[in-house]
Amino acid sequence: MTAPADGAAIRTNGLTRTFGRFTAVDHITFDVRPGEVFGFLGANGAGKTTAIRMLTGLLTPSSGEAWVAGHDVYRESEAIKRDIGYMSQRFSLYDDLTVRENIQLYGGIYDLSRDQIRDRTERILSRLGLSHTAHDAVGALPLGWKQKLAFSVALLHEPRIVFLDEPTSGVDPITRRQFWELIYEAAHAGTTVLVTTHYMDEAEYCDRISIMVSGRIAAIGSPSELKRDSEASSIDEVFVRLVRPELAGRGGSAA
Amino acid sequence: MSALYGLLRKETYHILRDRRTLGVLIFMPIVQVMLFGFSISTDVRDVRMVIVDPTPDATTLAIRDRFAAGGIFRVIGVSQTEQPLDRLFRTDTAQVALIFEPAFGRHLAAGDAAQLLVITDATEPNTGSSRQLYVNAVIQQYESDMGKRSGAVRITPQVRSRFNPTRESTNLFVPGLMAMVLTIIAALMTALSLTREKETGTMEALLVSPLRPWQIIVGKVAPYLGIGFVSVLAVLGVAKIVFHVPMQGSLALLLAEGTLFILVALSLGILVSARTSSQRVAMLAAMMGTMLPTQMLSGFIFPIESMPRPLQWVSIIVPARWFVLIARGIMLKGIGLTYLWRETLVLAAMTLVLLVASTRSFKVRLQ
Repeated sequence: MTAPADGAAIRTNGLTRTFGRFTAVDHITFDVRPGEVFGFLGANGAGKTTAIRMLTGLLTPSSGEAWVAGHDVYRESEAIKRDIGYMSQRFSLYDDLTVRENIQLYGGIYDLSRDQIRDRTERILSRLGLSHTAHDAVGALPLGWKQKLAFSVALLHEPRIVFLDEPTSGVDPITRRQFWELIYEAAHAGTTVLVTTHYMDEAEYCDRISIMVSGRIAAIGSPSELKRDSEASSIDEVFVRLVRPELAGRGGSAA
Repeated sequence: MSALYGLLRKETYHILRDRRTLGVLIFMPIVQVMLFGFSISTDVRDVRMVIVDPTPDATTLAIRDRFAAGGIFRVIGVSQTEQPLDRLFRTDTAQVALIFEPAFGRHLAAGDAAQLLVITDATEPNTGSSRQLYVNAVIQQYESDMGKRSGAVRITPQVRSRFNPTRESTNLFVPGLMAMVLTIIAALMTALSLTREKETGTMEALLVSPLRPWQIIVGKVAPYLGIGFVSVLAVLGVAKIVFHVPMQGSLALLLAEGTLFILVALSLGILVSARTSSQRVAMLAAMMGTMLPTQMLSGFIFPIESMPRPLQWVSIIVPARWFVLIARGIMLKGIGLTYLWRETLVLAAMTLVLLVASTRSFKVRLQ
């Protein structure tokens, strides 16, 4: 397979990563289309984070091929870095800097002009309703606000693709819903979103999902396709059938 | 707005906003100089002295009185032979021995040079050398007092150290203290601030950004270079003002060598942080790997010559050893690069090797 001529945002072919004798990601092959919200589902330790790390250039693959925004992950990692945004499980914000300073810092890192930084800072502050706390240290913000801010900062340089690694873990359902509104806004604006989660209800919000089990992609498709194919009523059920087939008959819920 | 400038500003904010750490960083050099300065300079008091006087006469009695009256020495015994000395030193009963040559008074009266032997217990070299200085001072005072009355009096004191005969005579603490403070600031603080970013996850954000590894490193460590430089000035200032430590050579050269040493320490800090992932481990590693050798093996407190051979070899790879040599040379002997080029070269080579090794190990971490 060669670099995607059809403009796939992400394409992998047999992408693999081993740590010693442990295979964290085992020959995964998938495409993500531009503007799509693509969900990566899996239990903890299924290889989601390792996969994201290879695609963002934090980790070199052991074998296989991958292109991100049309760039080869082995040879063009610098070009990839300019085209992507990333929000990790832990925040990428500095607790001792203010909201405004955090935004300015990342604006500088991504080489935005002074005017761009100023405009986008105001846009983020008013969109998130943070204008009155712009001069507060980020450490003082509630978790949900920090996460929304971290997401906006990951989008600050208007990347073509944004990677979100379990962005909503640990926040309440209402904040999660607000967070997903932000994700949709970004997707509508043309940004491709790759998001990992272990909340099955969030999977329903994605255009397409892939379910990872022990480093492999066990299923891939739109939520409705997956439910139809495995004759399940929810993604939760699909997931349990894939991960714990022995429980499937009883219709148990995810661990 | 340049990315590097943004990083530098961010790091400066981190430092300035962590008030407690900043306070420690600023006051530590000053407190250290004070502590070391006073604990070393007040050590010489109530020194137990034994006197060997084979031929007591008015002259030797007068000198003995001076020692007994000065307040610094306590004469614990007078003997006519040197025979008890060995036992007295070994049992730590005596710390200094003053040995008059036979017919001391007669030689002096005849206008010949009279011989006087001073033996000090130099197990602790700094105290040992201070005691010798005090003995010399008493004798010189006597000489000049007598000289005014009855012409030139020549006493030739010979100085000998027991247990540790080749101790450094210019063993002042300020150069070693600079190495110490710089190691704490540059190596320890750098290692901590880098591992903190790993712990909080912000390091990942920097790594997926288009920033180059060298930009991340420079952005992280440059502010500490600045703080290190300021603390060198603080140590030198306090040493000069409070303790009148001399500055015989070029201050500019010393500051340049100091900067070189800061770079070494910064690289060590980066190396430590590249191999550790939590602040706690980084702290321990920096203590064991950089501070302890600086304190113990640099010749700062314990003279290298009196260490066991294997430790002397180990001390060769301790950067602080070379910096202490250089700083002592410049401050106390007033020598320049003509004499210190070899030490400087060693330090520069260490800087180069460590900088390359640390940037490389950091890079490996990214991939």
